Amino acid sequence: MEQAPRDPERQLQPAPLEPLGHPDAGLQSAVGEEAEGARDESPGEGTMTENNFWLKKIEISVSEAEKRTGRNAMNMQETYTAYLIETRSVEHTDGQSVLTDSLWRRYSEFELLRNYLLVYYPHIVVPPLPEKRAEFVWHKLSADNMDPDFVERRRIGLENFLLRVASHPILCRDKIFYLFLTQEGNWKETVNETGFQLKADSRLKALNATFRVKNPDKRFTELKHYSDELQSVISHLLRVRARVADRLYGVYKVHGNYGRVFSEWSAIEKEMGDGLQSAGHHMDVYASSIDDILEDEEHYADQLKEYLFYAEALTVRTFSLKGMTTKLFGQETPEQREARIKVLEEQINEGEQQLKSKNLEGREFVKNAWADIERFKEQKNHDLKEALISYAVMQISMCKKGIQVWTNAKECFSKM
Amino acid sequence: VGGDSTPSPDLLMARSFGDKDLILPNGGTPAGTSSPASSSSLLNRLQLDDDIDGETRDLFVTVDDPKKHVCTMETYITYRITTKSTRVEFDLPEYSVRRRYQDFDWLRSKLEESQPTHLIPPLPEKFVVKGVVDRFSEEFVETRRKALDKFLKRITDHPVLSFNEHFNVFLTAKDLNAYKKQGMALLTRVGESVKHVTGGYKLRSRPLEFAAIGDYLDTFALKLGTIDRIAQRIIKEEIEYLVELREYGPVYSTWSALEGELAEPLEGVSACIGNCSTALEELTDDMTEDFLPVLREYILYSDSMKSVLKKRDQVQAEYEAKLEAVALRKEDRPKVPADVEKCQDRMECFNADLKADMERWQNNKRQDFRQLLMGMADKNIQYYEKCLTAWESIIPLLQEKQEAK
Repeated sequence: MEQAPRDPERQLQPAPLEPLGHPDAGLQSAVGEEAEGARDESPGEGTMTENNFWLKKIEISVSEAEKRTGRNAMNMQETYTAYLIETRSVEHTDGQSVLTDSLWRRYSEFELLRNYLLVYYPHIVVPPLPEKRAEFVWHKLSADNMDPDFVERRRIGLENFLLRVASHPILCRDKIFYLFLTQEGNWKETVNETGFQLKADSRLKALNATFRVKNPDKRFTELKHYSDELQSVISHLLRVRARVADRLYGVYKVHGNYGRVFSEWSAIEKEMGDGLQSAGHHMDVYASSIDDILEDEEHYADQLKEYLFYAEALTVRTFSLKGMTTKLFGQETPEQREARIKVLEEQINEGEQQLKSKNLEGREFVKNAWADIERFKEQKNHDLKEALISYAVMQISMCKKGIQVWTNAKECFSKM
Repeated sequence: VGGDSTPSPDLLMARSFGDKDLILPNGGTPAGTSSPASSSSLLNRLQLDDDIDGETRDLFVTVDDPKKHVCTMETYITYRITTKSTRVEFDLPEYSVRRRYQDFDWLRSKLEESQPTHLIPPLPEKFVVKGVVDRFSEEFVETRRKALDKFLKRITDHPVLSFNEHFNVFLTAKDLNAYKKQGMALLTRVGESVKHVTGGYKLRSRPLEFAAIGDYLDTFALKLGTIDRIAQRIIKEEIEYLVELREYGPVYSTWSALEGELAEPLEGVSACIGNCSTALEELTDDMTEDFLPVLREYILYSDSMKSVLKKRDQVQAEYEAKLEAVALRKEDRPKVPADVEKCQDRMECFNADLKADMERWQNNKRQDFRQLLMGMADKNIQYYEKCLTAWESIIPLLQEKQEAK
């Protein structure tokens, strides 16, 4: 693996770590590494501030979303949503939180942060962002990015992303991430100055080489297989769930018609009138209850989507050389392509040789990558179980509401 | 049996059930009570009261035991009709005969013919409703049986119709076909005369109360039609929802096969959704079999009632025309001719019969709809209770290993 130039502003620490799911884990290691970090940094770089920052417990929230208009790179007017990120540090002693930073970011900046993390932490399963555009919609849900419900759910998703990064033992110590939370202006320039886009290519080659050694680690093959299957099954699940939601909506809403007709019918009845009328009211209540129910279910769908995106990210990391060559070369004659592939293969072989010679580092990399995958698996099992529980709780709530409404209606009918 | 079987108006009034809210038409087989626990206590109370009713019942009729008959020419279903009675009109205390739909159809025509001043209950539809494919399916036969049972019980409850000769024969005759061919049924005095009422007389003014009944029936039928459409639409939506659920559940199973720790929870969710799907299917079946047919019956009922109202108008119109004709003759006869008197008689009887029947009908309608709608509510409650049980039971399964961790 290419050795990154010693950058005093950043720490690339493929240090062996226990799989940790606890949010405080990052702090533990931060504390542990503090002494080591101080050793490596050149004096007067202000890294003491950075390390001190992470000693305290922090709370991150994406608290608001705001519509903005501005001019884009091509000087055309555009509308976008900006999100307010607030960071609070919690005093250990009295548990009170103090607002330390507050700034506005838009979705594209989150994307930039994530792409940077992907490049610089290839052995880490980087948390995904909430979807860029609304997918798996059922008919009522707007596919419009400006829709308030979509914006709200995205706000939650972005907050979730930041919390995941902050609770990751390695990612939480990244300087660029720290600046994302604290430095409003100039952050984009700082990120681009790291030159990470250029590194992306070479890292990808190196990464790919790892997975193309003569005896690939069976675990990675299994992982790729798993993530492919997971992606497929969650997509299917989300699609069907959306259709289920659509149908359920229809069932509830048609009951609203009973409200009107019972009311009309009650007008011609003497003794039956009151009972009919009040029952009709309950039918209206029933029909309108579905809106809240389905909105709650969207949160469940979002939790599934997060792991769909996680799975997609895992799959990408193991893509084949063939795919990469067509991307690099595009339209070529077969002979030209063959020639270039040969060159690339030679380069890869060189890389492989380099890898073999730096065997220890290579194994270290795999070990760390696998450690993070184990951490990820634990997180996934925990999160998805929580998601299933909350889904079951939602269903229970819906059933109870249904029983309540129909019991009320039955009471009214009995008085007819 | 035989002779004049139309009671005088006085007797009619005495036997009117108008002030007795406790009449539960025994044809009220409670719609879809699968579990005794879910029947409303109210329903039970009503049925109990029926037995200790002040009015001693002396006629009990039940329709059950459908059987398929396969002959060379056709295949058809017969139902067993059991009659228990202490009335003098019945030679034996108990009868058991077998009848098929067309026999019921015959009975109804005869009743309409012989008791034109009364409201005759409707029969279930002759032809299969769209969507119900197999007329020999268990569900269809059971739905029809219930409706036929209700039909006979409504007649049984009627103070005049229950004494009808054709009804008696229907309940008792070994060979009904032979009787049908005879066609020697003695018509009642009123029946005979009404049958020969000439149409074409124009009604001057309909009495307010009958106009009101007519308006009521019009709106009533309209609203029922709307409710029928809504109910059908709900069932349709529920079935489509069911289709999606049947695909949804298994996906969790597929996912479970990929996982280790999550395998059991996911499998649990899959099974849970399966249980909810089954519960939903039961709901849609119940609604189709028990709810819709009763609605349709009442629409048919109001249609036939409107024809009776028209006949009443005809009788009144004839009377008024004849009366006017006499008045125009400018004869100094203080006495009204016999045939005009007959017409008046006819009209007043008709009016009385109809009024009494309407009142009875209103009460029965109220009971029937109370029961029907409560039944609908009950079915939905049962559906949600089944789903609730399913979801509550997997919570411990989902939470289990969390603690063990």
